[in-house]
Formats: sequence, C-alpha cells, structure tokens
Amino acid sequence: MIQAIQNSLSAWWPEPLRLVLFLVGILAFVGLNAAYLVWVERKGAGRFQRRPGPTEVGYAGLLQPIADAAKLMSKQLIVPAGSDTTLFRIAPLLMMSPALMSLAVIPWGRNLAACNLNVGLLLIFAFGSINVMAIMLGGWSSRNKYAIISAARVVSQNVAYEIPMLLVVITMIMVTGTMNLTEIVTQQAGAFWHWNIFRLWINPLMPVTFLIFFTCMLAETNRAPFDMAEAESELVAGAYTEYSGMGFGVFFMAEYANILLGCALATVLFLGGWQSPIGHLLGNWQSTIDILLGVFWFFVKMYFLVFSVVWIRWTFPRTQFYGLLNLSWKILIPVSLVTLILSSAMMKLFHT
Amino acid sequence: MKNSLKEIATGFNSLITGMRITIGQFFKPTVTVQYPHESLKMPERFRGHIELVRDPETGKALCFACKLCERACPSDCITVEGAKLDGAKKKSVTQYVLDFTKCSLCGSCVEACRDGAIRYSHEYNLASTNKEDYIMDLFKRLENERLETERVSGVVAQASPPAGSPGVSLGVPPAAETIPKPAQAEAPKADQSKPEPVKAEVK
Repeated sequence: MIQAIQNSLSAWWPEPLRLVLFLVGILAFVGLNAAYLVWVERKGAGRFQRRPGPTEVGYAGLLQPIADAAKLMSKQLIVPAGSDTTLFRIAPLLMMSPALMSLAVIPWGRNLAACNLNVGLLLIFAFGSINVMAIMLGGWSSRNKYAIISAARVVSQNVAYEIPMLLVVITMIMVTGTMNLTEIVTQQAGAFWHWNIFRLWINPLMPVTFLIFFTCMLAETNRAPFDMAEAESELVAGAYTEYSGMGFGVFFMAEYANILLGCALATVLFLGGWQSPIGHLLGNWQSTIDILLGVFWFFVKMYFLVFSVVWIRWTFPRTQFYGLLNLSWKILIPVSLVTLILSSAMMKLFHT
Repeated sequence: MKNSLKEIATGFNSLITGMRITIGQFFKPTVTVQYPHESLKMPERFRGHIELVRDPETGKALCFACKLCERACPSDCITVEGAKLDGAKKKSVTQYVLDFTKCSLCGSCVEACRDGAIRYSHEYNLASTNKEDYIMDLFKRLENERLETERVSGVVAQASPPAGSPGVSLGVPPAAETIPKPAQAEAPKADQSKPEPVKAEVK
C-alpha cells in the first residue's frame, strides 16, 4: 500500500500537492524536533550530571516542551526602544527559514527528498551562511552592548569555521563526483565499509575529515563548546538578550533545526544516509519495507549524531575565543587542506 | 611540525578521555532525592531542635522537670513545668515549651541534662509561615505521639477502640497546633518513601 502511495506521490499526483505535503511534513518534523530536542537536551544534561532531568510535567517531563511553548507564546514581544524595528523582527525568521529550506534537499530515504536537486549540497551551504547574518542582524539591531559583542563574535567565528567546512565538502564532492545528495547516498550502498567515512582506499584520512566536518558543524550552529555567541556567563544571552516571547522561541527552534540539518548532512555525506549498516541482507531495495527501514536507519544515524552533540555539550567547557580561532586557523584548516590534497593525489594516482 | 602533530594527538586524546568519562556517568543511576516527595534520613548526630526522650518501659517522658535545661539555656527559650502525680516518687513533667524562634541550637540544654531526658530530634522540615508553629510544647507532642501509637496498635489488636476516647479520657487536648505543620505533613511521607540513594547521605 505504501508502495502505491509512493508511486502515486511520484507519478500522477500533481507536483504542487506533493510539495505541499513535503512542506507540511518538514515543518511538522522540525517543530516537533525543536521542541523535543530541548527535552532530550535537558534530560541528557541531567543524566550526564546524574540527575533525572525534567520529571514533573507529564510522564518523565514529556509535556515540558509543550508547557514551554505555551509560556513563550503567551509572552509579549518587546521591541527595545531605539532598536532597528524591522531588522529586529526579521532576524528570527531569517534564522529559521534557511534551515527549513535546506531540509528540502535532504533525502530521508530512497526517493524521499522533497526536492532532488543536482546542486543540493551547494544549496545547503548557500543557505547555511544566511543564519550567520541572521544572528548578526539580531544582535546588531537590538541596541544592546552584549548583543553587539555577540554579533561580532558570531561573524568572526563562522567565517573561520566556514573555511575548513567547505574544504571538507570540496573533498567530499571530489570523492563522490556529485553535489546531488541522493546520488551521494546511492554511491554508499552496501554494508558500513562502503560509507564515505570508511572509504580509506581513496583517502586514509577520511575519519579525520568526518571529525573536522562535525567540529565545524558544532561551531556553525553555535553549540557548546563553541557557543561564544550566547556565552551566558559573559554575555547574558548574547544576540538573543533583547528577544522575548516567540522571537526568542524562534531563535531557539532555529538553533535546534540547524543542529538537525547539520547532523542530517553529516549522515548523508559520511554515514551512508539511509543505507543499512549490514547491507542488503533483508531483501532488495524495491520493496516498501526496505524504504521504511531506510528511513529508520537514517534516523538512527542522525539521532546518534544529535546525541553526540548533546554529549559534547555537557562534557567540554566553553573554549576561549582565541582558542576557538586558533583551533580553526592552526589545526582544522591545515588538516582539511592536507586531506583535500591527499585525496586528490590518491584519486589521480590510483583511481583514474 | 612534529610538535604540533603531537599537540593535536594529545589534545584529541584528552577530548576522548573526557567523553568516555561522561558517557560512563550517563549510564550510572541518578543520585537525586526528589525533595518534596522524599527526604533523606538525617544522620545519627544531626542537631535539630530538642525533643523529650521516652522511657522505654512506661512510654512516658524521662524528664522529671528539674529545670537544669531551663537554667542552662542562654536564650531563655525553654519553659519547664512539673507536678508530682499521685503515688509517684519523682515529679514528672507536665509542660515543656520550646520557643524555637529564639533557640540558637547551641545544645547547652542537652549537655546540661543529667538523665539524658532530652535529645536532638531529626526533624528539619520546619518551614512555616506561622510564628506560633515554632512555639512547641514538647510534652504534649510526646503524649500525643504515645496516644497515637497506642490507638493505632489498639485498632490493630482489638479492632474496637472507642474512637478518639483516649485523648478525651486523659484530658490531653489534641494539640496538633503546637507542632509545625510541615513537619506533621512530612512525617508519614518520610516513612513511606525510603530515600533510595544512601550514598548521598553518607557524603
């Protein structure tokens, strides 16, 4: 039956309807995830510190995100006097929408991408730079010294981390020969040693490349230990200081949407996307159950990375600002250049 | 070059070590005591406010109103009254008022008591919005407790106690007002829920 639905989705359903379905699906998915990743974060923080985390609202605190959302929505949106009103209001949207748009090209399973673009990877990185601008605008327009310091930090940090990330992505594009995310996943078919992270015969530094990508992803999404943008102990709430109610809520949701996007992208690029780690043991790829199984494997990998993000946040203290820039310019960029050169040399010499 | 590679290696190693430690903690049981729902058992030598010690044979107070504690108290927060009951050799206490608003928990009264008739209680859930809750008659409290245990055991044994009659017949009013309400409310709960993580208590 699902096969039939899927056929109909791709074949004779009108294209606009299919897009609307995907749009609603992605919006719901991101909203649900943003809400419940906060719960995961708090629960995880609790467990890492041997506390139980939220327990009071609903079973195991499961209704906590709903309570939080209700609270945020019922609050007044205060626009500070003397701020740039338009930019102040636009900034949260500018942060949220690129993440949503980028999710359109992520292949959740076989044939399950809202928009199977040939330049999907390029689209994600083009939009990925917009949220830097969103935080900067938010910080700059709120007319608050902490917010402005935070905006300056965000820009220098993200410029620094964009470079190694893009170098890694160039390596990946060279290795896979395509920017189409569905195509990239299809190439990694088979058991887990076919995944890009273990393609050691093309580049023995592939796991390192993955680590660089993951680190840069943490820095790009302003997550601990690189959360200089909202360093609570120094900058109140950084660029979000003056935001109240749902303005703050949207920033918060966007942060988690970006984490989700980063983890999904890491899954697609390095961990084989929807491919099962044990290969085609459970039948051929045409059957419906295999497609659902693919979605399952995608989510397993993606949420493992999301868990790692939480894990890292509650393990490491926040880096100092120059430590952060040193890491990028002195370690990540040289190493990613080495992987780029090494893999291009290996491809030229052994795999032409 | 060699140094920086070494630096990267040691740095990465330390990051991995940190993550291994935190994931180890992740799977260990939690140590939180859900305070309003459960509370820790206080250690043996916890110094709470004082309470009268019961004579294990008669079940009445050991105190015979010698007033040494009253005299020892630097902040005058203890008032003891005693009377000689018919056929008894010693006096026995009839009123033992502790004004906990004045008490500084110095423990001079416990040291002064030669017969070990007062001790530190283990109660600490004493918050209240009512000042009167802190002027407690420890004797009434002891008697009420005794009557309560007798009544409960009576119910279990005979299943036909005249309801409420023990309190009336002995002329002790049900003086629950003298006990701080939170303490009263916590007492049965603390019995039910054993504070599971005992380690926290030891530390």
